Amino acid sequence: MADLRTDFVGIKSPNPFWLASAPPTDKEYNVRRAFEAGWGGVVWKTLGYDPHIVNVNGPRYGAIWGADRRLLGLNNIELITDRPLQVNLDEITAVKRDYPDRAVVVSLMVPCDEESWKGILPAVEATGADGIELNFGCPHGMSERGMGAAVGQVPEYIEMVARWCKASTRMPVIVKLTPNITDIRKPARAAKAGGADAVSLINTISSITSVNLDTFSPEPSIDGKGSHGGYCGPAVKPIALNMVAEIARDPETAGMPISGIGGITTWRDAAEFIALGSGSVQVCTAAMTYGFRVVQEMISGLNQWMDEQGHARLADFQGRAVPNVTDWQYLNLNHVAKAKINQDLCISCGRCYAACEDTSHQAIGMSADRVFEVIDAECVACNLCVNVCPVENCITMETMPAGATDPRTGRVVSGEYANWTTHPNNPMATAAE
Amino acid sequence: MSASPQTPGIVAGRLSSSRIAENFADIAPPLTGHEALVAADRCYFCYDAPCATACPTSIDIPMFIRQIATGTPESAAMTIFEQNILGGMCARVCPTETLCEEVCVREVAEGKPVEIGRLQRYATDILMAEDGHPFERAASTGRRVAVVGAGPAGLACAHRLAMLGHDVVIYDARPKGGGLNEFGIAAYKAVGGFAQKELDWLLGIGGITVEYGRALGPDLSVDGLKAEFDAVFLGMGLGGVNELGLDGSDRVGVRRAVDFIAELRQAEDLAALPVGRRVVVVGGGMTAVDAAVQSKLLGAEEVTIAYRRGADRLSASGHEQEHAKNSGVRIVTNAVPVAIRGNGRLEAVTFGYTADGPDGLRETGDTFDLVADQLLVAIGQTASGLPEGLAMDGGKIAVTGAGRTSIDSVWAGGDCAAGGEDLTVTAVAEGRDAAMDIHAGLTG
Repeated sequence: MADLRTDFVGIKSPNPFWLASAPPTDKEYNVRRAFEAGWGGVVWKTLGYDPHIVNVNGPRYGAIWGADRRLLGLNNIELITDRPLQVNLDEITAVKRDYPDRAVVVSLMVPCDEESWKGILPAVEATGADGIELNFGCPHGMSERGMGAAVGQVPEYIEMVARWCKASTRMPVIVKLTPNITDIRKPARAAKAGGADAVSLINTISSITSVNLDTFSPEPSIDGKGSHGGYCGPAVKPIALNMVAEIARDPETAGMPISGIGGITTWRDAAEFIALGSGSVQVCTAAMTYGFRVVQEMISGLNQWMDEQGHARLADFQGRAVPNVTDWQYLNLNHVAKAKINQDLCISCGRCYAACEDTSHQAIGMSADRVFEVIDAECVACNLCVNVCPVENCITMETMPAGATDPRTGRVVSGEYANWTTHPNNPMATAAE
Repeated sequence: MSASPQTPGIVAGRLSSSRIAENFADIAPPLTGHEALVAADRCYFCYDAPCATACPTSIDIPMFIRQIATGTPESAAMTIFEQNILGGMCARVCPTETLCEEVCVREVAEGKPVEIGRLQRYATDILMAEDGHPFERAASTGRRVAVVGAGPAGLACAHRLAMLGHDVVIYDARPKGGGLNEFGIAAYKAVGGFAQKELDWLLGIGGITVEYGRALGPDLSVDGLKAEFDAVFLGMGLGGVNELGLDGSDRVGVRRAVDFIAELRQAEDLAALPVGRRVVVVGGGMTAVDAAVQSKLLGAEEVTIAYRRGADRLSASGHEQEHAKNSGVRIVTNAVPVAIRGNGRLEAVTFGYTADGPDGLRETGDTFDLVADQLLVAIGQTASGLPEGLAMDGGKIAVTGAGRTSIDSVWAGGDCAAGGEDLTVTAVAEGRDAAMDIHAGLTG
C-alpha cells in the first residue's frame, strides 16, 4: 500500500483528499460524517463577522447534465456561512479535538481592512485549527460588498491581506484564488510576495448555467431573476489544471505549495492535479453529487495506481508533469504523426468521417461498404477523429519514425527537435546554431 | 371460471379475465421520458447511418433520435411521419431486429442496438396525442384518385395524395379500415385500439373518404374506377390463404390462422374466445407465431408450431422465435402434416419428418402424431380475386418503378404487389412512392 500521508505547509492529513470550503463543510454534523467516511481534511466553510450573512430562500444551485442526467457542472449562489461566528468556532474546536489527525483549515472572509483581518485570527487560532484559507475567490454576493473575488482580482490587495495575516498568526496562510481573472500568475505572485504559505485554486467560475426559455430567467431562478453564480464540477477541471500548471511552472512562483481544486471527481483527477504540482487536493462537487463515501474510491484508486507505478509516496510523482508543460513555441514541429484506424475495433459509425470531411482536412476516406480509412497524404494529425470516435483506442495517433517521408508534405521526417523559435516562417526566428 | 387449460376441446374462459388482460398487455410498454433520453443518448448520430438505409421508408433515424435527445419529440415525430405516416404502427410491429436495429453500429459492436423502435414509438405517441393533424393539405388540384384497400399501403398512398391536394376515395372490403394492422397482427403489439386511432388520426388530413364493405368485384371494377377517377391505386393485400390440401381439413377444429387472429383482434372479450387445449400451428412465419403465442396466452395447455423445413428456414425472425419459446410455445421443425385424424372432430395431426436433399425437401418416411383439438393453418397467403387484365408476377400484381401496373393509370403496392417483403413498413413505402408517382403524372 502506498503512503498517502500528506504534509501540506505543515498541515498533516492521512490522505491528500480535503473537502473544499463549501456547504459540505458548513457545520460539525457534516464534517464529522466526512471524517468518518475517510476524508483527510476539510476547509471549513468560510467564516465572517456577525451579523452573519443570509442566503436566498430559493434555489441556490444550477446544473449542467450529460447523458442519463450525469451532473457535469454545478453552479451556486450560496454565500459564506449563514450561521453566527461563535457557533462555527465552537464546532470547529469540538471537531478538531475529536479528529486530531485530520486537517482542519478555516476559510475566512472579512472586510478588506487590517483591523478586520487581524481581529478574527485569535479566535480562529483558539479553535486549534491547523491553518487558514483566505477566501479571495467567491465570485457572487460577497464580491459586491468588496470581499471575495473583489479582493482576489486585485493582486495588491491579495499581497496586503496575506501580509496582515502572516504577521498576526502562527497558522499557515493559504490564499484561495479566483479564476475570474486574465492571468492567474499575477494573484499567485502577489500571494507569495505577501508571505502566504500556499495558494489554493481554483475557486468557482462566474457563470449562468442556463436560461429558462419559458420565463426568460437565468437559472437558478429566484422569483424570476437570476444572478451569476460560481461554476464548478467536472466541467471546470481543464481550466483548473491549466491554472495550477501556470503557477507551478512560473519561475516566480515555482515550488510554492498548491492545494488543487476544480472538478476533482475520481482518484485519477486527483492524481493529475498532484502530477501538476498540487500538494493536496480539495473536492466539493463530487461529494455533493454522490455523498462523502466517494473518498473511499479516491483513496483506493490512488493507492492502486501508485502501487502499480511503484510510487511509494505522493512526493514520488508530485509535480512530475510540470516540466512537460511548455509554451507552444517550444513544441517539436518535427514531430509528425498520422491517425490510424483499427479496423477490428471500428464499428463503422462514420463520425470520424463526418468530422474530418465537414470540418477538417478531408483525410478520411469512406468506401461504398462503409469502411473508413485515413488518407495519410491529407492527415495533419489534428486528433479530432480520435476525440469524436465513440470507441476507445479505435483511432490512434501514430508517430512517424525519423527517416520516413510524410506523404502530406513530401518531406523526410527529421529526428531532430526543432520549434517555432527557429522556424523559417517565424519573422522573429533566431538562427539555428 | 368454468374451464382451465386442461379442459378438453375448444372452449372459452381457460384463464381468468384478469390473467388474460395481463397476458395481452402491451408487449413493449412505452418508454418514460427519462428512459427515452437515456436510450436516445446511446445513438452515435452515424454518418450515412446503416439504420436509415435499412429502413424501407428511409426514415432519418439519427436525426429523429437527436431530436428526442434534445427535448423535441414532436419534431422527431415529424421527421418520422414525413417518411412514414404509419410510423406509430411501424414502431410497434416492425421487425426492427431484422431491419434498423440489426444494422445499428451498437448492435454490431455490443449486441445491444439503440432501441430505435421504442424511441420511434415514444416520439410518435407524443405527437399523436396532440389535438389535430400535423400535416396540411396543399391547394386542391381538382384531381380524384381511387384507392382500393385501407391497409398500410392504401392509407399511406391516400394520405400522401391528400396532402398533395388530391381528393381520395378509399374502398375497403371489410367493415373497418386498417387492414392487417386491424385484423392481422398480434393483439399485444397494438393495444388500446391503436390501429383505429391511427386510422382516424391519419384521416384527419382531410380530403379522404372511406367506403367500407366495398370489395373489388362486379360492382367495383378497375375499369369502372378508371372511368370515374384520374388514377387508381390497388392495395388490397392478400385475400387468399394456402390450404393444406389434406383430407379432413373440414373437421371441426381445423382453421385458418388468419381467421383465428382476425376473430381474436375483433373480440370484445378475449376471455369469451374459445381456444383448444392442445393447439397445433402449421407454418413458419409471423402469422404462425402470432397465432401460436396468442393461443397460449388465451390459456391453451400445449401449443406447438410445426414447420416443414429446417430451423434456419423459418421466416419468423429470431426475435419472434424467442418470443414464442418464452411464451411456452414449442417449435418443431422438419415436420410436414400428412394426415388429419379424428372422427368429425379433430383429434390429432400426423406429421412426416422431412430432410433437405439434393432434390429439395423430401419426407424421410418417419412419422409422429401430435394430439390436437385445434389446428391453425398458417402456410402463407395468396392474392385472390384480382381484377382481370393485370399482368402478374409470381401470383402477385406485376409492377415497375413506383408501383406502376400493366394497366395505364393503375398503380399497386403492398402485399398484393410483387416485390418487397410483406411488411407493414414496406407497404407504407410502396403506397407513399406510388402516390408521388401518381402525383407526378397528374400534375406533370
